[in-house]
Amino acid sequence: MGEMDRRGFIKLAGLGGGIVFASSLGLNTLGSVLDYANGYAGKKVEKDFYFVQLSDTHWGFSGPKVNPDAEGTLKKAVQVVNSLEEQPDFIVFTGDLTHTTDDVQVRKDRMAQFKDIVGRLKVPTVHFMAGEHDASLDRGDAYQQFFGKLNYTFDHKDVHFIVLDNVSDPGAIVGDSQLNWLKADLKQQKPDARIVVLTHRPLFDLYPDWDWATKDGAAVIDALMPHTNVTVFYGHIHQEHHQMTGHIAHHSAKSLMFPLPAPGSVPKKAAIPWDASAPYKGLGLRNIEAQVRQAKYGITELNLSGG
Amino acid sequence: MHRKKRVLIAGALFITATIVSGLAFYVRADALPAEREIHITAKKFEFTPETITLKKGEPVVLVLSSQDRKHGFHLREFGIRADVNPGETARIQFTPNKTGKFIFSCDVFCGEGHEDMTGTMVVTE
Repeated sequence: MGEMDRRGFIKLAGLGGGIVFASSLGLNTLGSVLDYANGYAGKKVEKDFYFVQLSDTHWGFSGPKVNPDAEGTLKKAVQVVNSLEEQPDFIVFTGDLTHTTDDVQVRKDRMAQFKDIVGRLKVPTVHFMAGEHDASLDRGDAYQQFFGKLNYTFDHKDVHFIVLDNVSDPGAIVGDSQLNWLKADLKQQKPDARIVVLTHRPLFDLYPDWDWATKDGAAVIDALMPHTNVTVFYGHIHQEHHQMTGHIAHHSAKSLMFPLPAPGSVPKKAAIPWDASAPYKGLGLRNIEAQVRQAKYGITELNLSGG
Repeated sequence: MHRKKRVLIAGALFITATIVSGLAFYVRADALPAEREIHITAKKFEFTPETITLKKGEPVVLVLSSQDRKHGFHLREFGIRADVNPGETARIQFTPNKTGKFIFSCDVFCGEGHEDMTGTMVVTE
């Protein structure tokens, strides 16, 4: 995709019925967005771009009280992305592509079906990562057959993306081997390099009683800390959440199957039931606009209702 | 003769000391309260019993076993966690030092109902 112009950006923002900006990004980001809206924006640098994050699609899930359109929601999300006038540079899926099953063949069938549906995306470049539902029961064996490596890096317009696997070990760890791999990769990056980490579980202790943590996530954050421009995008908790650990911002995405309650807000974690008066409420996807020079990421939440 | 007497006295003292220290150990061990064993069984996707009631300050041993696959036992509030493997028994000595209701959960992903695999520890005065 080429540079996104102001008209395209506003049209994009309007799709979801409004813009929601990550609070942790602070007023600077909000200001820059208002600049766009007001036409005061400085010239965007050539390398700015945007990508789309989809998460926790749980293909194969069945539960009419939670999502009576379980077989249609992912397809609807694909349509939403395809209808964006300005197509993103790429798309990321931050895990739980499929809903877990003990049956290996059913797991593979679900992965094949998922791959077929997202194959209808217009954007040719899609980066996948696993969630515990995809990879924890077989240590990522089926996942790798369909989607490739569990952890990897890629570079895009001066931003270094690191995909971390904190799910294929059923104990919810990154593990020493991957941690060493991460450290070796970070050694190749300048201290002020623009780094985006994509992963499934939160790397910090968001709410460990609900499995909303990575047991050795602190070691990952420690490794990232010397780098001044790091942002983490993840999934797993089926809702938007923004938190800072030092100078590192962490942003979780909504699910495309069912929302979950706020951390610790109820005695027992359970999917929030479908609201017939507001279909797809709590579900969604997001655009992430990378302002490379400023190392900032504007987040625009999009819903599925088209409203 | 004098030397023989000294050896005999030393020997008697040694035997006496051994008996006394042995008795002391026996008495001390007998005085310690026996740790109550709390048996907890894990299987997809529940702990049995689901609720455990303990007294604050009472030392117990949590005896954990699995009936099917690998699970985890995580009692975060007290910094306790263990892998629970089938065919093995995990034993955790533990003395609750505060009262309240505390959640324990499986922290090794075990399938579709994994996230519901929790229990409650109630600690009373």
